[in-house]
Amino acid sequence: MNAASPSRAGWALVLPLVAFIVIAFLAPIATMFLRSVHDPEIADLMPRTRQALAQWDGAGVRQVAFDAVSADLQEANATNQIGRLAQRLNREQNGLRRLIDVTARQLQQNPDTQLARIDPGWSDPDLWRILARVTSPWTGRHLLNALDVTVTADGALVRQEEARRLYVDLFLRTAWVAALVTLICALLGYPYAYAMAASGPSLRTLLLFLVLLPFWTSLLVRATAWIVLLQRRGVINEGLLAMGLISETGRLDLIYNMTGTIIVMVHVLLPFFVLPLYSVMAGLPTSYVRASASLGAHPLRTFARVYLPLTYPGVAAGGLLVFILSLGYYVTPALVGGRTGQLISNQIAFHMQRSLNWGLAAALGTLLLLAVLLLALTLPRLAERGGLRA
Amino acid sequence: MNRLARFGFYLLCGLIAAFLVLPLLVIVPLSFNPEPYFSFTPAMLQLDPAGWSLRWYREITESAQWRLALRNSLSIAAVVTPLATLLGTMAALGLRRLPTRARKMSAVIIASPLVVPVILFATGIYFFLAPLGLTQSFTGIILAHTALVAPYVVVTVGSTLTTFDERLLRAASILGSPPLSAFFKVTLPLIAPGIASGALFAFVTSFDEAVIALFLAGYDQRTIPLQMWSGVRDQLSPAVLAAATLMVLLVTIIMLAAMLIARSARSAGARR
Repeated sequence: MNAASPSRAGWALVLPLVAFIVIAFLAPIATMFLRSVHDPEIADLMPRTRQALAQWDGAGVRQVAFDAVSADLQEANATNQIGRLAQRLNREQNGLRRLIDVTARQLQQNPDTQLARIDPGWSDPDLWRILARVTSPWTGRHLLNALDVTVTADGALVRQEEARRLYVDLFLRTAWVAALVTLICALLGYPYAYAMAASGPSLRTLLLFLVLLPFWTSLLVRATAWIVLLQRRGVINEGLLAMGLISETGRLDLIYNMTGTIIVMVHVLLPFFVLPLYSVMAGLPTSYVRASASLGAHPLRTFARVYLPLTYPGVAAGGLLVFILSLGYYVTPALVGGRTGQLISNQIAFHMQRSLNWGLAAALGTLLLLAVLLLALTLPRLAERGGLRA
Repeated sequence: MNRLARFGFYLLCGLIAAFLVLPLLVIVPLSFNPEPYFSFTPAMLQLDPAGWSLRWYREITESAQWRLALRNSLSIAAVVTPLATLLGTMAALGLRRLPTRARKMSAVIIASPLVVPVILFATGIYFFLAPLGLTQSFTGIILAHTALVAPYVVVTVGSTLTTFDERLLRAASILGSPPLSAFFKVTLPLIAPGIASGALFAFVTSFDEAVIALFLAGYDQRTIPLQMWSGVRDQLSPAVLAAATLMVLLVTIIMLAAMLIARSARSAGARR
């Protein structure tokens, strides 16, 4: 074998999968990025307006622009796209739906009417600045929207009015839930992984089986199981009622809210914490702990000063995995989160499937992905610098 | 004191184990509920045989919807599993022959589906496939599932390869075996457990996948997870409990079989 051939054979074996993932995975992700800044829908529906306003200096509206809008609206009338156009414009600026509807109806009856005579709104230069902005296919407005920032008519960036600020809070709430879930997983997972590492072969096999069974079981099955347990007429509430611990009116709201989301997420993600930690613990030599004990250290001291630091890499690996997985969690909150237990992923799905605001969905997705990538790239390095990788 | 602490510790671990497994076991008796509710009836609690029923099992085995869903899930997984296993095994074998930089670059690309939240992949692939007319098609779901599970195969096969001794291949070549036959006679038997567990994982993941399916499946492509999804979200019928019980049973059998095989392989190895 000469030196070149192993690497050529290597490429021949690796390239099919790399090419497949580039096409079937990275290209779709890139499409999502693109969608967050490229939204040609309004531009496609108003091609003449776009052209007329593309070079506009913002000082005085010329007749060409009025004619362009008039022609675009009449074409949209003819192709039955006027409803969609009105809805899309209204999403950019509240009130535009009414203006477009009224104008389009008038133009249908009398195509030559001047726009300003149909509605005085058309004389407002601010409206034209908005039109110039939204007819451009390249836009930052979805990303700004995803950060609760909106653009005023004269182009200034301002925070959304209080009632429409949703997403920054939701991002923060998602991060907070992810941190809480990670913490609970650590508190439950550490002793469990330790018990696995410290026990004899048959107990260890049993404990491993008990953690792998839910790990391999369908997410849907697990969500169903928790609904059965936690709902208002579920097993836990009925049990507490039968024992007289709660009254009929005092049934606990354990599901279809944030409590439900957190309980079920911990259940789903706990194996992801236990398994990497266990593999670190199982590989530790017992001699350090014995040395510490034989030198007279109290077991708790031995644990805190010797054993715990040795297991940090496992804690870091499991914690990072659980945190990153929770940031993007969708299925569990969708099924058991009700109205208040939703996370950022659910909002993305909502805009994809219900509100059909795909640009905003793509923008929220882009921000979430950037956050996840940032964490995945920086946290392991921070941990390394902090000495967590022994 | 020490024994008390020990007892407390194992009690705690027992509770955690109960938290992990009991929810899965609770659905088993409830799936025999004769009523359309998610809770125990008084007759069931008195263990009266008349209070138990196979109604929901009959419903899912006779329902055309559930049958279609099962057929769809199995067909998708049946294409995804060999495709992902082949691509993933090849890549795992090839990665170690690449120069360091190329290996790291390829590994990052291959691992990317493991890091990115599935909802974002679902969003992206919907945008990507919509202009091609591949939403609401099996092709789209199969492509997406393969991209999603092939990296797992690379990981499992890769981890068996770390214990693989390259000198065996050199020995085979010195003894006059051409590379291809050395692969089938030496490499393949040694990495077979990794391939098998990778394939199993690919199958289970594809079979259980809900998010991609939610975005890409039309009515004709409904899978078991989607059927359960609507059972949990919209209808709340105990039919999903029957389906869930069957799935828990299946997973338990697969896991017990895998553990027994691993144990007999270990003891066979010890005898040798």
